Amino acid sequence: MFRLEARTSTPAWFNLALPLIAIGVTLVLCSGLIAVAGAGVIEAYGVMLSASLGDSYAITETLVRAAPMIFTGLAVAIAFRAKFWNIGAEGQLLAGAVASCFVGAIPMPGYLAMLLMALAGAAAGALVALLPATLRVKFKVDDVVSSLLLNSVIYYALMALIEGPWKDTFSGYPISPPIEDSANFPVLIEGTRLHLGVVVALIAAPLCWFLIARTTLGFRIRVTGENPEAARYGGINVQRVLLSTALLSGALAGLAGVGEVGGVHFQVMSDISPGYGYSGIVVAMLARLNPLGVVPAAIFLAAVMTGAEAMSRATGVPAFLSDVIQGTALLAMLVALLFTAYRIRRVGAQT
Amino acid sequence: MSAVFEQIFQVGFLAAIIRIATPLAFATLGEMFSERAGVLNLGIEGIMLLSAMAGFTAASLSGNLWLGVLVAVLVGALMGALHALFTVALGLSQHVCGIGVTLFSSGLAYFLYRLIFGQQSVPPSIDGFKPVPIPLLSDIPILGPAVFNQFTLVYLAIVAVPLAAFVLYRTPWGLSVRMVGENPRAADSAGVSVIATRFQAVILGGALMGLAGAFLTMAQFNAFTFGVVSGRGWVAIALVVFGRWDPWRSAGAALLFAFVDALQLRMQASGLGHIPYEAFLMLPFIFTIVAMAFMSRNAVAPSALLKPFRREER
Repeated sequence: MFRLEARTSTPAWFNLALPLIAIGVTLVLCSGLIAVAGAGVIEAYGVMLSASLGDSYAITETLVRAAPMIFTGLAVAIAFRAKFWNIGAEGQLLAGAVASCFVGAIPMPGYLAMLLMALAGAAAGALVALLPATLRVKFKVDDVVSSLLLNSVIYYALMALIEGPWKDTFSGYPISPPIEDSANFPVLIEGTRLHLGVVVALIAAPLCWFLIARTTLGFRIRVTGENPEAARYGGINVQRVLLSTALLSGALAGLAGVGEVGGVHFQVMSDISPGYGYSGIVVAMLARLNPLGVVPAAIFLAAVMTGAEAMSRATGVPAFLSDVIQGTALLAMLVALLFTAYRIRRVGAQT
Repeated sequence: MSAVFEQIFQVGFLAAIIRIATPLAFATLGEMFSERAGVLNLGIEGIMLLSAMAGFTAASLSGNLWLGVLVAVLVGALMGALHALFTVALGLSQHVCGIGVTLFSSGLAYFLYRLIFGQQSVPPSIDGFKPVPIPLLSDIPILGPAVFNQFTLVYLAIVAVPLAAFVLYRTPWGLSVRMVGENPRAADSAGVSVIATRFQAVILGGALMGLAGAFLTMAQFNAFTFGVVSGRGWVAIALVVFGRWDPWRSAGAALLFAFVDALQLRMQASGLGHIPYEAFLMLPFIFTIVAMAFMSRNAVAPSALLKPFRREER
């Protein structure tokens, strides 16, 4: 007979092994759908891989797509570390996009514009995240539901703007006017879309890791998440830590929106984010809430997304496979995480 | 001003409210059962979408609408079981699992729809449900044609509200649901199986979400589009809180939201809107967030919501 037994510690190799196992299980499960669609599993995954990571141009495209998910992944990872359940990265991203687009449309020297766009976007995201955290701290309102519902509020606010006063008079479509050309983030490799924001995202991850692992605030965030009672006993102002975490998390999610405006779309439209805020949750869980793990996790999801489009063209398997992979990967990872809390132990027959 | 009022408040307006409220009522009741048992189901948005797709596909291929409804309900129940497997049996974090279920179900819905129907410029539609007038009652002025000349699924929703209240408050099973949601340990000592009861409540909830999805693609729009649910699941999450986890209040909240939504549609259509329609769509979310701040003082949420139950942890 087998039984689950609580673990006291987890071996270090788990951090790498669990996401890989989860991704492996996901790809095996999803190969069933490829087969149902009448394509060869190896061929379909092969096209996916080569179209997303097979050559240097493909790699830049994947990185461009990974950037917003690195930011939302970091936002979720840091929030979840403090057990601030920020499900609102999507709305914070949108708020960041709107704020940075407003700023970017003001004529000023390019680098100043980019800096102010980043600041405005981060501030907007932080403010949006502050609301559920404040409600939780002051009124004990469940942050899961309030942060989730705020996504819809921000989305409709964005729609009201781009279908109303902020509608681009030139094109007549429900999109915002574009930002100034000088505010467009510089492209780093000619002939690709690899923009400055991608590098900022890649730098942000180790910075966040340093913050969490090596600073006092990071220590407070970790203790607050792991044991709020002990944190309080140790003289940590838990409420303040939660609010700081929310500001930081929201700012990071806001930066995801900044990158999309400054480096990819140069304006705001209703579908500026295909759910990058929710993908951030998948990324953070695959990374086991470690900021350094966020980068490979985001690149994996981005590769699946870019690869799925090429796979669809080559094999006819609908590109929506990437959405299924995302959901399955999250669920598989959650199950895999059980092995960090429990182990399966064989026990003798009991009566 | 009176001309404006006349244009807005017609029989058609009342009927529109009922039609908008129906899927919300099913979804809200579904989420309520799940949450009363202590399980938040954020998979609702995806479950509604997958059920809407599955029901539409079944109805479209078989030509039988009720078969479509049955398939939608079964798919909803199945996804509810999946969520329960993760959150109840394995005790995994409810909100993250819910997001996972939503991502997975919506991805699967899009994938299968594209696979079955291909890419078409005009989405294929079906001959959906037709209004069934109830004799005598439908002759009542104003109320009759609006409420009693509706789809059978609307009548089902009207019956579902008192039925849900009866089940929750007057049956032994309803008592078990409330017990495992409030105090699972006490329920366990009283001999109620926490795991089984939660499973049943989440599965029933999923089935009701499936019914909501079925209504969207087989009565309201008669087609499946990628935006067919468009946040209605999140609205239901808000309505459950706004309705304080009670069937009557939740259904009332659904009607109130439907009224605001119908008003917004009318104002858009009549070109009267100086206020952007999005302001109306935001309202339920803003109201709910504000309401949560006030309600938190007298805790009305099920006490064990979001808390997994493990028997050995005493």
